[in-house]
Amino acid sequence: MKPAPFRYADPGTLDEALEVLSAEGEGAKVLAGGQSLLPLLSMRLAAPAVLVDINRVPGLDTIEATGDGVRVGALVRHGALLGGGPDADAAARVQPLLARATAHVAHPAIRNRGTTVGSIAHADPSGEMTSVLALTGGSVAVATPSGTSEIPWADFFVGPLETSLPAAAVVTSAFFPALPPRAGTAFAEIARRRGDYAVCGAGVVVTLDDDRRVSAARAAYISVGLVPEVHDLTEAVAGQPADAADWSAAAALARGKVDPDADLHAGAGYRRHLVGVLTGRTLPAAAAEAVSRSAA
Amino acid sequence: MTPVDAERTVSLTVNGVPREATVPVRRLLSDALRHDLGLTGTHVGCEHGVCGACTVLVDGAPVRSCLVLAVQVDGRSVRTVEGLARDDGRGGQLLHPVQEAFRECHALQCGFCTPGFLMTIAAGLEARDAAEEISEEEVDDMVGGNLCRCTGYANIKKAVRHAAAAMREDAR
Ligand SMILES: Cc1cc2nc3c(=O)[nH]c(=O)nc-3n(C[C@H](O)[C@H](O)[C@H](O)COP(=O)(O)OP(=O)(O)OC[C@H]3O[C@@H](n4cnc5c(N)ncnc54)[C@H](O)[C@@H]3O)c2cc1C
Repeated sequence: MKPAPFRYADPGTLDEALEVLSAEGEGAKVLAGGQSLLPLLSMRLAAPAVLVDINRVPGLDTIEATGDGVRVGALVRHGALLGGGPDADAAARVQPLLARATAHVAHPAIRNRGTTVGSIAHADPSGEMTSVLALTGGSVAVATPSGTSEIPWADFFVGPLETSLPAAAVVTSAFFPALPPRAGTAFAEIARRRGDYAVCGAGVVVTLDDDRRVSAARAAYISVGLVPEVHDLTEAVAGQPADAADWSAAAALARGKVDPDADLHAGAGYRRHLVGVLTGRTLPAAAAEAVSRSAA
Repeated sequence: MTPVDAERTVSLTVNGVPREATVPVRRLLSDALRHDLGLTGTHVGCEHGVCGACTVLVDGAPVRSCLVLAVQVDGRSVRTVEGLARDDGRGGQLLHPVQEAFRECHALQCGFCTPGFLMTIAAGLEARDAAEEISEEEVDDMVGGNLCRCTGYANIKKAVRHAAAAMREDAR
């Protein structure tokens, strides 16, 4: 099908974008990469009166990597985070989960337009980057006509496809805190085809102490639950050596903590099983990375 | 105040030719190419980005033309399957190595998905270092976002390797 009729504005500044958004009220929607919004319009699941295209707004397409973390502007395409450029390479050093998870987001043609921030604003529980924002303890920067604010991830995600963003607002960037010293990450997922939405995915962070024993293990899952959630698996492996921890105990703990739903692609039981499998695969990989980062 | 329009005139370059169309702002690029500009080589399958049949290149990068509004390509350059072949200088046309490979490897049957595959693969091969041998992983990544429901992927993947090899020969 085709989208229902709407009107369109492509303001040249952030202030103008906010002006149009507040003038048009509830019926207006921000258009970023369009890779989730346009399908919704064509399927007539949404019929906004006005699209406010932010693609011409300057200054939103930067990746800034500092010692504190990586700030990803609202117009940074998935593809740009995957590497190649110096900014993406710096980002991958500061927070390796970003590029690792982005590699699982859709296909090249979609990654050329879709944005990381758009994924987060879209708040799809099957999206990778919402869980990465949660797992890294990130936040989003929000601009409204009355000013700007930084919203922590836990206050941002409200439900599937639902956030706490006010009507007249633009998320200008997302911030992913740096991976701490002596920590490592891993990401893995099961999808029916390369690039498809995950049947189940897992991102993990393992932190070691000075003796290379596990001091923390945390995980966030994709396509499991209604909003991104971070699960603490530390109790199963605390104090155990990084190269010989009982990862299967952590996987069992994870299976007990999650509450997956069934859909067309997988039942709840199968998803729970995959949570265990992926946890068991990713934790040792993250621990190995933590060991090599400790050595460096 | 920023204009909020229901209709706009869009100027773009399609396959090297300047074109213009006045369209309702909800017009998808796929429909603008087919209906407003008469270029029916771009096929429309699922219309929500899943099948890849409508893939075209915008400023050289593959995109789903059903997930881009026509008004968003104002001032941009679009390449469609009609722009893949080159003039051979003798009044005929020289197929792109990917088109040649599809013919050679029987990588199409009904042909509906073919324009999208051709554009995605052509962009993928043109973006990589032709001198490097292509890996299975690269091939999978190039074809994984497009759906084919008849020939199957074995011959399409064979065509990607065939085209990569031809482009490697050319690069020598
Ligand atoms: C075939 C296909 C496969 C896909 N597979 C995956 C996948 O495996 N994993 C995955 O994570 N995603 C996948 N996607 C979705 C893709 O990642 C989208 O790019 C992403 O979900 C949305 O980003 P966007 O920039 O395209 O946002 P848009 O589609 O432009 O917007 C999406 C929503 O977010 C809002 N929004 C966007 N940006 C902002 C902003 N800056 N401020 C305020 N609101 C904003 C919009 O108003 C809209 O409600 C897939 C898409 C397709 C078509």
